[in-house]
Amino acid sequence: MAETPLERKPVQSNPQMAPVSTERDLRLDLFRGLALWLIFLDHIPSNAVSWITIRNYGFSDATEIFVFISGYTAAFVYGRAMHEHGFIVAGARVLKRAWQIYIAHVFLFAVYLAEIAYVAHSFDNPLYTEEMGVRNFLANPDVTIIQALLLKFKPVNMDVLPLYIVLLAWFPPALWLLRRAPSTALIASATFYALSLQFGWNIPAWPKGMWVFNPFAWQFLFVFGAWCALGGAQRIKLFVDSAVVRWLAVAYLAFAFSIVMTWYFPYLGTFVPFFASDFIYPISKTNLDVLRILHFLSLAVITVWFVPRDWPALKSKMCWPAIVCGQHSLETFCLGVFLAFAGHFVFTEVSNRLPMHVAVSITGIVIMVGAAALVSWYKSMERRGPRPPAAMPATAGGGA
Amino acid sequence: MMKRLAIALAALLMAGPAPAAVPAECQMAQHLVDNALPLPHTARAISANKLTVLVVGAGSSTLPGPKGAQLAYPARLQSALTELLPGVAVKVATDVKAHRTAAAMVKTLKAALTAAKPALVIWQTGTVDAMQAIDPDQFSDTLEEGIVIARTAGADVVLVNAQYSPRTESMIALGTYADEMRWVAVQHEVPLFNRFEIMRVWADLGTFDFTSAKDKLAMAGRVHACIGWLLADLVTEAVKPDEPQTESAR
Repeated sequence: MAETPLERKPVQSNPQMAPVSTERDLRLDLFRGLALWLIFLDHIPSNAVSWITIRNYGFSDATEIFVFISGYTAAFVYGRAMHEHGFIVAGARVLKRAWQIYIAHVFLFAVYLAEIAYVAHSFDNPLYTEEMGVRNFLANPDVTIIQALLLKFKPVNMDVLPLYIVLLAWFPPALWLLRRAPSTALIASATFYALSLQFGWNIPAWPKGMWVFNPFAWQFLFVFGAWCALGGAQRIKLFVDSAVVRWLAVAYLAFAFSIVMTWYFPYLGTFVPFFASDFIYPISKTNLDVLRILHFLSLAVITVWFVPRDWPALKSKMCWPAIVCGQHSLETFCLGVFLAFAGHFVFTEVSNRLPMHVAVSITGIVIMVGAAALVSWYKSMERRGPRPPAAMPATAGGGA
Repeated sequence: MMKRLAIALAALLMAGPAPAAVPAECQMAQHLVDNALPLPHTARAISANKLTVLVVGAGSSTLPGPKGAQLAYPARLQSALTELLPGVAVKVATDVKAHRTAAAMVKTLKAALTAAKPALVIWQTGTVDAMQAIDPDQFSDTLEEGIVIARTAGADVVLVNAQYSPRTESMIALGTYADEMRWVAVQHEVPLFNRFEIMRVWADLGTFDFTSAKDKLAMAGRVHACIGWLLADLVTEAVKPDEPQTESAR
């Protein structure tokens, strides 16, 4: 797998692509892969292993990492396409990608329907008369399925892909502006974020409420990632590498950690003065609270401090499993959602003890890595053209 | 907290010939009943030997069937408190109706408070709001509103979060609502009875098997009995007169 391509090509593109000077930053793949693993662990309800994930130690979670890096890589890949083939071709590719994600989302919805239909048949418990109301939505499948196809009805844990679809649908004009006037684009995005918070803009959901991930707010992180990819990272390098900023980031992470501890040990909460807690809460994930952005940025500052771009381990076998997952993020993400459903099913129907939690978590990650390796192999094979590829073992455990 | 618990247990054991104790199966999660916040109105009511509690809740505060209300945790709380507080006339009133969001409960809260005149309101909520995907901000505002109404009427508040329901966990997004409850509790210094975590610990330890197909009503009754006991434990711990409630307990 040493020849795993340095840049991912989500859409099959021209074979004679001009060589580019900028090599893909493997750190992006590494951390996106890790984020996908954390999302998987967090998506299995009551998974004991999810105690290791970052959301338990600060304000932000793996979603921020995933969205930021997705913005970064989208700008990296489609920015070059726009440079070489123009707005129309690059824009069309972005929209094709959005369509693929939509198909993936609908597939996951079918899996969800199967699960809930099973529960509706097997689940009957006097303790849970209230919870059994989830079955009601099966009473009107016509409405439910149409609302799901319209992305208005989104079951639990199926909110990220719709966000991604909306972000990509907007991306062609955003990318155009980012390439012309990066600062203007970033300021516009930040303004839009601020206005959405101020006026409560969000997309309505079905049957009630709003989108769990408000695209008007989350676009900021995506655009910021894209801005970093298109030269912004170079511009803020001195700032990010300065000692003051690093220690501010450390201080902020410590602050977030101590606040989070008051959630688990309520008696610590009495140490937080009222005006401070009034300022802090609520920490909205829907609207990408500023505290969450700051937490993500602090994590990013610390990460680039300790993990330089030319970190030798990035090319080692140790990092490969996460990197290969990060390079095939859509496939890995979807598989992760599916595996989380499956893992939860195992918990309720087979065993809910700690060893099973550990076994399911590890098995799930191994399957994700295997599937990503398989996808990687397919793509390299397709790139090589119609002739049969050289023998390369496919890692077991793919498909599913 | 363990120390506090140990002292409390020791005190209970030495207290008298027939110590009222939390049943063994409930104790498996007793360490999660971790409250350092005082309940001043409740303490005053107990020292006046008359405690009225109002349980406000939705479907998970009752059980189905003709004996449902008798088996459910509000009735169990009343008997547990009566045992734990000898000499105090304990009455647990309920305002429980299935499928109600927090906002729906707040609407009838004033009337229920006027009718029952409780010193303590135990407010179970979260599940229905999660199922209906109520705007989390709105949910949080509603919780604050309810707490203010109860306090204005001279009652302490204890929040009770959603049940742990293994089969529906991947279908009801409780997370956001549990977080909002936790934050409102921290901000307003209201004890949060973490029913979700307590039941999850029981499931983890095998105390109760929530997915079992056998004797479901009997198990539901035992679960509610334990919830009643642990709620009573939280209340009596918070009002222990001989234990300093503020600085040293923290």
